[in-house]
Order: sequence, then C-alpha cells, then structure tokens
Amino acid sequence: MTRIGRLFDCLKRDGRKGLIAYITAGDPTPERTPDLVEALVRGGADLIELGVPFSDPIADGPVIQRAGERALKAGTTLATVLEIAAAIRRRSEVPLLLFTYLNPVLRYGLDRLAQDAATCGIDGCLLIDASVEEAQDYVAAMHRHGLDTVFLAAPTSTTRRLELVARYSTGFVYLVSRTGVTGERETLSAAVTPLIQAVRAVTNLPLAVGFGISRPEHVAELGGQVEAVVVGSAFVRLIERNADNPSLEIQLESFTRELKHGFGAHA
Amino acid sequence: MSPQPDASGHFGPYGGRFVPEVLMAPIEELEQAYLAAREDPAFQAELQDLLRNYAGRPTALYFAKRLTEALGGARIYLKREDLLHTGAHKINNCLGQGLLARRMGKRRIIAETGAGQHGVATATVCALLGFECVVYMGEEDMRRQRLNVFRMRMLGAKVAAVTSGSRTLKDAISEAMRDWVTNVADTHYLLGSVLGAHPYPMMVRDFHKTIGEEARGQILEAEGRLPDSVFACVGGGSNAIGIFHAFLPDAAVRLVGVEAGGRGTALGEHAARYHGGAPGVLQGAYSFVLQDDHGQIALTHSVSAGLDYAMIGPEHAWLHDQNRAEYTSASDVQALDAARLLSRTEGIIPALESAHAVAEAVRRAPAAAGQVFVVNLSGRGDKDIDIYRENFKELDES
Repeated sequence: MTRIGRLFDCLKRDGRKGLIAYITAGDPTPERTPDLVEALVRGGADLIELGVPFSDPIADGPVIQRAGERALKAGTTLATVLEIAAAIRRRSEVPLLLFTYLNPVLRYGLDRLAQDAATCGIDGCLLIDASVEEAQDYVAAMHRHGLDTVFLAAPTSTTRRLELVARYSTGFVYLVSRTGVTGERETLSAAVTPLIQAVRAVTNLPLAVGFGISRPEHVAELGGQVEAVVVGSAFVRLIERNADNPSLEIQLESFTRELKHGFGAHA
Repeated sequence: MSPQPDASGHFGPYGGRFVPEVLMAPIEELEQAYLAAREDPAFQAELQDLLRNYAGRPTALYFAKRLTEALGGARIYLKREDLLHTGAHKINNCLGQGLLARRMGKRRIIAETGAGQHGVATATVCALLGFECVVYMGEEDMRRQRLNVFRMRMLGAKVAAVTSGSRTLKDAISEAMRDWVTNVADTHYLLGSVLGAHPYPMMVRDFHKTIGEEARGQILEAEGRLPDSVFACVGGGSNAIGIFHAFLPDAAVRLVGVEAGGRGTALGEHAARYHGGAPGVLQGAYSFVLQDDHGQIALTHSVSAGLDYAMIGPEHAWLHDQNRAEYTSASDVQALDAARLLSRTEGIIPALESAHAVAEAVRRAPAAAGQVFVVNLSGRGDKDIDIYRENFKELDES
C-alpha cells in the first residue's frame, strides 16, 4: 500500500477529511517548489499533487496555463519534477501524486517513469488526457512498481465508463465537479452530488472532488459527502501574485489552514 | 491493407482517444451519431444535394497545359477544389459535420482555424443551417489572414483571438477544446482536419473522400489510365487523405504528401513532421508530432498558416509506416515560387498551402516525361494576397 492508501485509512480511522493541494512543479522555479510544498503541509495539506508543466494544457484554465508557462521558462522538465519530488521526500512523508499530460510521460518512457517515480518517493500518478481505454500499458507499468493510478470521473461519464474508471483506479477516484477547465468558481456545480452518488454505486474507493473548489465554504459543503477535496488554481494564483514576496510561504500556510477549517469538526 | 481505423479508432498504432474524461462520453455519442448518419440514406441525400447545389461539386479535373509545357515532362492535372464555395475543400467536411450537429440537436458550433479557410467554411455552414458560431484563431494567424477574419464576421460568426503559446493553429485547437469541455452539452466541435480523437480522423476523411473518388474517375476518362503520382499538401492532412483514399488500392499510384519545409531544418523553423518528429500525443490523437527531448510540443513555422501545425493526422502516420504514401516537404520559397509560376502559366492563384503540393509536382515533372500527375489544388489564393504582396514587392512598384 502506498502513502496514499495509508492516508485514506488514517483519515477514516480518525473521522477526518483530507485536503489535497495541487501546485505546478517548477513555478516560479524548481528550487522553490519543495519550500512551497512544506508550507502547504504545515498548513494542513494531506496530499500534494505535483503538476508537470506541458506546452499544450487542454484541460487547464488561464491560471494553471500561466503557471505551466512560468515553470517551462524556468527549465522544468518531467525529470526536474522527479528531482523536486525526491527533495520533498527527504523532508516529508506527505503523499505525492504526479499530475501530468501524457506526452512528456511517453517521451520519458512508461516503465522508466514508474521506476524513477517510485525511487523518488512518488506514490501515484494521474494522466489528464489518457482515457482508461488507452491506459493499459501505463497502468501495468505503474502497478509493477507499486504506484497508484488515479483516474478522473466526470459528470458526463456514463455508468459503463464509471465502472471502467473505478476498475483501473487505485488509491482514490478523482471526481471532476463540473464540465470545464481548471479554475476557481463562485459556487459549486449542481452536478457534483449526483456524480458522487453514481461513483459510490460502483466503488468502495475513497473519493476526492476537484475543479472549481477554492473557498472554505466549498470545502465545508463537500466535506460531508466525500473523503477529500482538491484545491488547485487558488493556490497557484496565490503563488503567481506573491512569487517575489518573501511571505509567500506564510501566506500559503495560512490559506491552507483557512481551507482546512472548512471541514469544521472533521478537519 | 485492412480497412482503417479499427473499432477503437486506431490506424495501426496511431489515432485513438486521448482526451480528458469529461469528453469521453460525448465523443462516444458523436461516434454513434456519425455511424448512424453514415448509413442513413436521408442524411446522405441531403449532404449530396448541398455538396452539388450549394458547394459546387463535382469539381473539375483540369489539364494544366501551359504549366506542363513550361516544365517539359509529366502531364499535370489539377483537381480544382479551389473552385468550391468558400474557396477550399474545407466546405465538404463542414457541410457533413453541420448536418450531423443538427441531427444531434446541438445549437452551437465551435471551430479552430489556421489559414481561416476552415473558419470561413464553418461560419458559412453555420449561417446556412442557423447555428451560433465561435471560431478560435491564433492572434498571429488573424494578422496573417485579415481578409478571412472579416469574412467570418460578415457571415455572423464570432472570431475569438487566441493569445496563448505561438498564437497559431495548435493554440486555437487547445482553446476550442477548452470551450468544448465546458459547453459540451449544447455544442458541437467542428474539427477541421483529420486530427483529434476518434471518430474525427475517420469522419473528416469520409467527408473528403469524394475528392479522390471524383479525381480517379476523371483521370481515367481524360487519360484512359490511372495517374503515376498524386500530390497534396499536408498540414493535419484532410485534403491529402481526401484525394489519396480512392487511390489506396491502386498500388502503382504514388501518393505524395507535401509538408511545410518552412525556412530551415532546425526544430521550430518548419512543420515537416518527418524531419525530426516522433510519435506522441497531442490534442486527442497519437501520431507523429514535432517535440523536444522532454515531450514538450515544438513551435512550428510556415509561410502558410494552414500547414503551420506540429502533428500529422494519424492515418497519414499509418500510410507512411506502410510505405503506401511518401511524405516530403517544400520550403516557403519553393511554395511561393510555385504559386507565381502557376499564376503566370495557368491564370490560377493558388492558396499558399496548395502551392506546396504544386511545388513538389513542379520539382519532379521535368524528369517524368510520359507520366501523369494529379495535384490537389485544395484552395484558392485570394486569402493570401497580403502575404504574396509582402514577398513579391517588385510587383507593387510599377
């Protein structure tokens, strides 16, 4: 079992909910990322998604697009992200999930990535643009090296598709709260509760909801329904606005804590 | 060769479906709707009627006598897709997908465009069938193709400027996909080339197959035999797959795809995927793509906006691997020269994209006496007049 599996076991045992934080690795620089992750963990983040920057991020809104551009400009590659993960792992036991588009992974090599990711202390991987149908070799490689494979479930997914997603997912299932790209929204989508029910009907895996979640009240609303929530663009925007500000780490830590308070008694 | 693609949308190892999960069910629905429409005589009858009476099919296969004489070799025929309504082959696919979108109950159509030809054809069909229309176009391409931007607006479409990345076709596709992922319930994405996730490469090919079917019959009638070579430019590769397809079983017919050689051989200076490309995933499909050592998609350059794209369509990658088609490139300068030669000898100003195909035929013709060439003249050059003016400054000076 990976650190991801152990995390969800712990959360269940303690009656707590998890906060998952996404940041784009290498934004603003690869050297800075481990410090930012440490701040997120101090604030109470339970799992970190390390985004691998990609030239053509079709599923991302403007905030994460810009973060990717900054990270690429700073020279970040998939190999760099693995080094970042190793640096984080030297300091922390926080579960790490690699969050990436497929092409950099194909270029690196599926098996080589699985092996190197495991060595660097990464616990699992999520491919944004690979359907379960196209992911057989990838799943086999990741599982061979003891890594979790997390897949996305969407409001548009049919029951047949949700069954496939559940079958190939380990660790947890990532529910996309709405049709659309990544980015902060004012309110939660009405599609999310029916989606949670539909996925519950096909799996016992823990569920995390992401896309459009950026405020403690969103966290509060979802905390009663799923095991974890994912916040991404709100963190990335904070990093964008304060990249040159020495208090960035302190701000990240306190925003994480604020979000975590959304869970109330389950924090 | 077995019929391609297979049931899961693969041409050999290429093609497939590489999109976020949100789009998977809608793409499955699109495939089902298309397969049903393809077998529906009423759908086909309406499409055939529009192709004939609205778009202007069949197009002529014209013997380019003075060009042939000027080169002194192969007998050169031009498949005149440039004579179609809106000025390029793109209308074939837009009419097909437009009727399909109506059948699926969509009310809004989005598209990407590079040179603007697909955008204009999409805007045209949306006006004809009453769809709301948004066309995504890179800011750089909007500058290069001002006339087409105005045409789209006059047809009632909204042209959305894309300012990310290289501000060309690739970025316009990404932005269209972001719109689609958000508005998938009521919106059809009218993809303009044999790219993207299955069923697009198959469906777009099917709507353009008529080009080759007509040309094959026409050349048999004109010459009493099949051509030795068929030439077409290849960006994504829709006009090329359209004219190649009917000739695939004719093993003796050489099929020549001409990519954009741009202004140099270094990565970033061209859009010739078989000069430095490698298999990879971009925007829904697995195929040959220009990329760096870390899997980041490379920037491309071509004087022709319609060929300025990092990936070749997956069926072309398959035809290349099977040695059934060959892929070469023409540089910016060669394409410009060919455009000028064709204008002067035949009174036909070609689109810059099509000029790449002409350039390769021009290069090979002198050594091919007794042979018959067919060149797909996929579009006309009106939209490129500004670029021609920039490159032929001496013509402005008298």
